[in-house]
Amino acid sequence: MSEQTFEPGSQAAPTAVAPRSSSPLLTVEGLAKHFPVKQGAFGTKALVRAVDGVDFSVDRGETLGLVGESGCGKTTTGRMVVKLLEATAGKIVFEGRDITRFNRSQMRALRHDLQIIFQDPYSSLNPRHTVGKIVAMPLQVNGINPPGGVKKRVQELLETVGLNPEHYNRYPHEFSGGQRQRIGIARALALRPKLIVADEPVSALDVSIQAQVINLLRDLQREFDLAFVFIAHDLAVVRHFCQRIGVMYLGKMVEIGDRHQIYEEPAHPYTRALLSAVPDVTKIGEKGRERIRLEGDVPTPLNPPSGCRFRTRCWKAQPKCAEVEPPLLQIGTGQQVACHFPETGPIA
Amino acid sequence: MTATASSAATSEVQDDRPYLEVDDLRVQFKTEDGIVRAVDGISFKLERGRTLGIVGESGSGKSVTSLTVLGLHNMARTRVTGSVRVNGREIVGLDEEKVRRMRGRDMAMIFQDPLSALHPYYTIGRQIAEAYLVHHPGQKAKAKRRAIEMLDRVGIPQPQRRYDSYPHEFSGGMRQRAMIAMALVNDPSLLIADEPTTALDVTVQAQILDLLDDLQREFNSAIIMITHDLGVVSRVANDVMVMYGGHAIEFGSVDQVLTEPQHPYTWGLLQSVPSLRGNAEDDLDPIPGSPPSLINLPSGCAFHPRCAYRMIGGGPCDLEVPELLPTAQEGHVVACHLPENERRRIFAEEIKLGAE
Amino acid sequence: MIRYLVKRVLLAILSLVAVSIITFILFFAVPTSPAYVMCGKQCDAHAIAQTEQRLGLDKPTYVQYGEFMKGLVAGRSYGTGELAVKCPAPCLGFSFRTNEPVTDIIGRTLPVTVSIVVGATVLQLVLGVGLGMISALRRGTAFDKAAVGVSLVGASMQIYFFGPILLLLFVYTMHLLPNPGYTSPFDDPGQWFVQMLLPWVTLGFLNSAIFARLSRAQMLETLSEDFVRTARAKGLTKWKVYGRHALRAAITPIVTTAGLYFGASLGGAVITETVFGVNGLGRTAVQAVNDLNLPVVMATVLLAAFFIILLNIVVDMLYSVIDPRVRLS
Repeated sequence: MSEQTFEPGSQAAPTAVAPRSSSPLLTVEGLAKHFPVKQGAFGTKALVRAVDGVDFSVDRGETLGLVGESGCGKTTTGRMVVKLLEATAGKIVFEGRDITRFNRSQMRALRHDLQIIFQDPYSSLNPRHTVGKIVAMPLQVNGINPPGGVKKRVQELLETVGLNPEHYNRYPHEFSGGQRQRIGIARALALRPKLIVADEPVSALDVSIQAQVINLLRDLQREFDLAFVFIAHDLAVVRHFCQRIGVMYLGKMVEIGDRHQIYEEPAHPYTRALLSAVPDVTKIGEKGRERIRLEGDVPTPLNPPSGCRFRTRCWKAQPKCAEVEPPLLQIGTGQQVACHFPETGPIA
Repeated sequence: MTATASSAATSEVQDDRPYLEVDDLRVQFKTEDGIVRAVDGISFKLERGRTLGIVGESGSGKSVTSLTVLGLHNMARTRVTGSVRVNGREIVGLDEEKVRRMRGRDMAMIFQDPLSALHPYYTIGRQIAEAYLVHHPGQKAKAKRRAIEMLDRVGIPQPQRRYDSYPHEFSGGMRQRAMIAMALVNDPSLLIADEPTTALDVTVQAQILDLLDDLQREFNSAIIMITHDLGVVSRVANDVMVMYGGHAIEFGSVDQVLTEPQHPYTWGLLQSVPSLRGNAEDDLDPIPGSPPSLINLPSGCAFHPRCAYRMIGGGPCDLEVPELLPTAQEGHVVACHLPENERRRIFAEEIKLGAE
Repeated sequence: MIRYLVKRVLLAILSLVAVSIITFILFFAVPTSPAYVMCGKQCDAHAIAQTEQRLGLDKPTYVQYGEFMKGLVAGRSYGTGELAVKCPAPCLGFSFRTNEPVTDIIGRTLPVTVSIVVGATVLQLVLGVGLGMISALRRGTAFDKAAVGVSLVGASMQIYFFGPILLLLFVYTMHLLPNPGYTSPFDDPGQWFVQMLLPWVTLGFLNSAIFARLSRAQMLETLSEDFVRTARAKGLTKWKVYGRHALRAAITPIVTTAGLYFGASLGGAVITETVFGVNGLGRTAVQAVNDLNLPVVMATVLLAAFFIILLNIVVDMLYSVIDPRVRLS
């Protein structure tokens, strides 16, 4: 295995998660997910390295964004964190407890604190259940009887997410996309979790509705001091929601930093290319502006490039990049980058 | 209703009239729930070499407009009135066979999701060659050569080999390139792109938008870019039409509509989009409520229930459908009951866009 | 591909062995001895024992099974010394009832069933798929509504009702057709055809209702696919859009259903054969079960299982031919 993060002792190296003030709510170390697939005429087995050794941490009340293009492993990472997928390797520590190998019943207790919101508000709600039942489900499954009863609590939750409490007896199909996403959020909030993994929660929504939901999530985050792992491909949305951002490429974390670091002074060429590719209304009239254009597509995770995985599309690639995999190294307070030739200075 | 957004600036096109003229187009179809007025009186013109961006949310009628231009709507259940002239030829009411002959030759279309828009059982090459063969019957060898040439032109490496690949063997970006190759194989003068990059990653999106730019310059085609993404519009369009509830509510050059918008809905759209600039700590400024149902549009201005400025004008916002009227700026038309000086004042004083 | 095929064939053999074992066990779970069924009215314990010995039924079940399998693979001989009868592989034994070699019985009845089923399948596909496609293309029209109605009636109609009515009408009343029966198509194709016509129409028409409904639903679904819109946007004619693009995609599940139906029917179209009084596999099988005629039961059950498994493999292979995304592994 070429992933140096798997090697014992590497946790102590500078690649390890940056030391932060108090102990983080969630720590992920060397997290990996390999899917076996059959390939070719002879059905030879191969491994899709969807996530291949990822480290990060999330503090209480902090919002961490995971961005990257399709196939970068951000969704798989999110699912491993909430244990919808079993990790192939690595460690997930939540509130000081290693939950990587927790079984179902151990996880049940953890569901109070750890929730997920999905992208598609249409398919993640059971069409045969009323909104009341959907939102009450986490309470009932966990045998919780809040003061004033389940119904009262559910109605409070509906109100919290901006729905009418009288919608209690309606069915999901009676709601618009944005309202359905609110139902999903109410369900996630029912147990008063400490961490919510939100997987592309607004990408299926219309522009005007998307803004409503982002604002709602921001309000909830402040009100309940929620921590988020916010997975999205839309860099502008992530910028508005997340305090820290991790940029992923082909199963690897290539850069982590706070909002200013990632959006104003990104060090990884890939981060710069991503930002440059986003068509932004505010860039109007700058059509002649220098844009970074990446060639080709993301390579297949079945057979990722040696060394730095981004090197095949990187304009700065040197022979070294093919030979040595760059470790995720600290370059400033809280900013880490995995690149042999990082960029410096503010974005052009 | 006269949206005169023709652009005198690009008069290098020597045709007397714009390649595409849409006049008071109305499209209705019956459903079990009632009559859907998907498009309700749209007019615009588009010249060769120019790109028109049509912006709107789901149910705004933007996709139906484009399907009607190609005559791809369900003829049996749809009622189309008004006029669509392609290269001077009226499409509305034209014999289906005649429209068919124009499809793919005079006007072509690329769609949002190239994986579902390509036939899963046929090779990419065959599908492109087929598009050529429809309009050049019998020229099989030429069709294949042409398909390979187009694959090469849209930047697919090893086009000879890739000719025999199936869509599922291509990446998302490659598939959309193949779709573009297929659409352009007959050198159509009008290309309609319906959310062509929505399903793609940003770096690939940038490649595809660049490609469309290049091809437009090369073939001098007119492009209609339908999208919900204002960023994409700002990047590719010359003119922009903003649609809401089946109506065009603002039309103008990209600078006019995106930097000096006069319709409250356009303001709302621009303010709701998160940007890479500006203060990220500020809350976004979303439009309250949701887009209306096309079956049961609000009375008067369809936007009035969500409009923060509807009272200020004291006008007939909930009674009369506002007409698309010229503003002080040439080519910029807006359908709003607020007086223009009031709109300008509100925009200057109250509307804050991402860039600041 | 070859690897896949080998795997499937091995699996098929395994399944057939399993079927044969289960059939054997079930057969001997019946409390009545076949010898009892055979020895008629003047039956005493001695006669039964004698018959059992003659048929080999006195041996332990597993020995009998072993002998059956040996006969199938390598052939076997019955009796000893002068009286020994050779039964070359694949030996399915002799009918308890008629002493006829079971392979002969199969050789006689299988062509009957194959004739019925092939003809009916052709009819049900042409009629059913054709009707379904046309009604999908003309959705909402009078034709569509009529077709949906007819197929609903057809799907709920029974052969034992519909068959005799046709028989009464065309054979006994109008004398348009001869009594159904089986003449080898190699001897007299014309006679074969007219005698088979009624079974075909009965079975084919009723099954076509199922295929009409299936094809209509499939076609409607396919017509709303994006690639059909793309085909239209290219300027293809209506018929190329339907024929080349929509039909090709809609046909996959129809092929599956048709293949599996075909395989299942080859095991014997019991009701059709009975209604029209032709001796096919199905009737033979039912008769054999009633008679506790073990060799014939084994042969018909195994043959039916064989056809089902074979068609399953064929359908999967066809899948990979139709749909390039399907990889056999």
